[in-house]
Amino acid sequence: MPISRRGGAGPSLTLLRRLCSAVAVAGDEGQVRKIVLDELEPAATDVKVDALGNVLITRKGKGGRRLKVMVDAHMDEVGFMLVADSGDGLYEFATVGNLDARGIAGKPVVVGRKHTPGVVGAKAIHLMSADDLKRPIAMEALRIDLGPGGKAEVGDRGTFAPNFRRAGPSVMSKSLDDRLGVSILIELLKHAPANVDLLAAFTVQEEIGLRGAKVAASYFKPDLAIVVDATAAHDLPMQRDAENHFYNSKLGLGPAIYVSNGTAIDDPRLVRFLIETAARARIPCQVRQPGGGGTDAGAIQRALDGVPVVSVSVPHRYPHTAMSIARLEDWHNTYALLSTALRRITPDILRGRT
Amino acid sequence: MTDILPFLKSLISVAGLSAYEDPVLQLIKKEWTPLVDEISISRLGSLHALKRGSGRGKHPTIMIATHMDAIGLMVTSIVEGVLHVGEIGGVDPRILPGTPVLVHGKRALPGVVAIPPLLALPEDKRSAPVGLRNLLVDVGLPPGSVEGVVRVGDLISFDTNAVELAGETLSGHSLDNRASVAALTVCLEELKRKEHSWDVWAVATAQEEETYGGGATSAFELHPDLAVAIDVTHAKAPGAENWQTMGLGKGPAIGWGANLHPFLHKRLQELAKKLEIPISVDLTPEHSGTDAYAMQVAREGIPSMLLSIPLRYMHTAVEVIAIKDVQRVGRLLAEFISGLEPDFMSTITWEEKDADK
Repeated sequence: MPISRRGGAGPSLTLLRRLCSAVAVAGDEGQVRKIVLDELEPAATDVKVDALGNVLITRKGKGGRRLKVMVDAHMDEVGFMLVADSGDGLYEFATVGNLDARGIAGKPVVVGRKHTPGVVGAKAIHLMSADDLKRPIAMEALRIDLGPGGKAEVGDRGTFAPNFRRAGPSVMSKSLDDRLGVSILIELLKHAPANVDLLAAFTVQEEIGLRGAKVAASYFKPDLAIVVDATAAHDLPMQRDAENHFYNSKLGLGPAIYVSNGTAIDDPRLVRFLIETAARARIPCQVRQPGGGGTDAGAIQRALDGVPVVSVSVPHRYPHTAMSIARLEDWHNTYALLSTALRRITPDILRGRT
Repeated sequence: MTDILPFLKSLISVAGLSAYEDPVLQLIKKEWTPLVDEISISRLGSLHALKRGSGRGKHPTIMIATHMDAIGLMVTSIVEGVLHVGEIGGVDPRILPGTPVLVHGKRALPGVVAIPPLLALPEDKRSAPVGLRNLLVDVGLPPGSVEGVVRVGDLISFDTNAVELAGETLSGHSLDNRASVAALTVCLEELKRKEHSWDVWAVATAQEEETYGGGATSAFELHPDLAVAIDVTHAKAPGAENWQTMGLGKGPAIGWGANLHPFLHKRLQELAKKLEIPISVDLTPEHSGTDAYAMQVAREGIPSMLLSIPLRYMHTAVEVIAIKDVQRVGRLLAEFISGLEPDFMSTITWEEKDADK
């Protein structure tokens, strides 16, 4: 018999659009922090914005034998910083985080907290030689163009211009990584279960080395942690009819539960628990293919004297580009799985064998 | 002077790829109808608008060509719900990944151009840049639900927004050549308030980006005495600062080269000086790459000219122009037309003749 779901209607698309339309490049997460605080502060009793800018919210449960469960989603996104004024509205820039350099030229961007519009252009194809076209566009030749006389400050951050769009069963946007996770975490807090102490970390600087999560874990001292992120779906057709064995995750198959990645081996007890929960609640889920990449789990696992961790991600195509794609049903099912799991989790889970 | 910005923004908010210009043609037709005496559509889909000169009898005619078609992509195959694409007009594949697009199937589907994961690329294609053959367009639909909506041959247009940047500049797709359509509109507005003895054919041409098909056939059909193409030229931009590039917002560029008549060039230069409109000279040693190339050899040959609007990042989805340049081109052209004497054609001379005098 399926477990009843008591987590509300699920995360809000309007909120996801707002989160994706904010600009929060690693190190400058203020715009997402503000949305998180606006959404949660009125009802929360224990809210802390720490020294790095993490938003740390404690929602205590009721009764005895409560697990302290940390849930984590990162607020920051990849982008760039203006590093030199080249004159007359043109700025040199450096990337922040592992931005896919193959998709920067020819894109609208915004810079600074007021989202000053600009473009990263490219020399016209008419002016390129055949040899030029065989080489990648040289990053050092690119500039952010705000228009003649346009002004910004060297040191300002920026990223691709907000471009959220609904496409049938999917959403397309910049920064789905990890606004999908942030929106899920907000909803989990709004419908926090009473059987656990829920410790929510909206972290900073994930994209440049999992730095926010490390101190967040030290603050919360949780019994275990669940990291909610977005993972690549490389589920595209292969050339010449070969089968795709290296898809990482696939759109439409539900939340991707990690077993291991470049930064952590997920706690086997928690992995088994999530898979079993999904099966019992009849929520589709998939196991993310083991391998590279990383989430905040890597930092949390080795914090303090060690924290059992597991990561769960919403699959999305074209990570770290101007426009990624995710399925709404995967996002909803990720929320449903976590909401259900939190309600049935008990301290016994950590007494099991790894 | 008319505020042309709202109209230009509307022009770059619709598709209208080569040979499929109808969405943009309808906007232009609506805007031009009150400004002209006759309006019709040619057999290849160019828009012909006639503004008659004053006075009785037969007037000499000038044709102004601004191509309205845009570059873009076309569906070449559909594999497991993702689209493979070819180009319409010249597109640098390296600027495409991450570009929002509209796929014009049975209904318009929003999509994005993407690079497949490395492992889904042939082994010899894994190092950048990824060519057009290996890029794809993803419309966010599961395999099986795309095939009923999209077929091979469907068009894909850029879907970036029109955005105003600093310095009264505008960014978006298809400013090549919708900026010139706007400039011709400014010219028609100006001519409403001016006397002109020549008949003016304002033409929004089709298919320039592929074949100059509209420019060639409209020049044949209308058989003008003079022809002027308005198009965009390269503005100085990061990495593009050679002799082929003009200052953005520094005024119209007047074409010079074999496709263009030197007498008309001289006349425009002198006029710009008189009007105190800054200009630069757009050198085209061989081929101007515009409708002027096609119009010059229509019928028995037509003295042709090229006026250009400097534009950054040509054939990307984030082209940039200065509104001021659009206004200046429109004004310069209106002054040129109203200054044409009824017997202007007989005054055209070649320099050799001048030298003999």
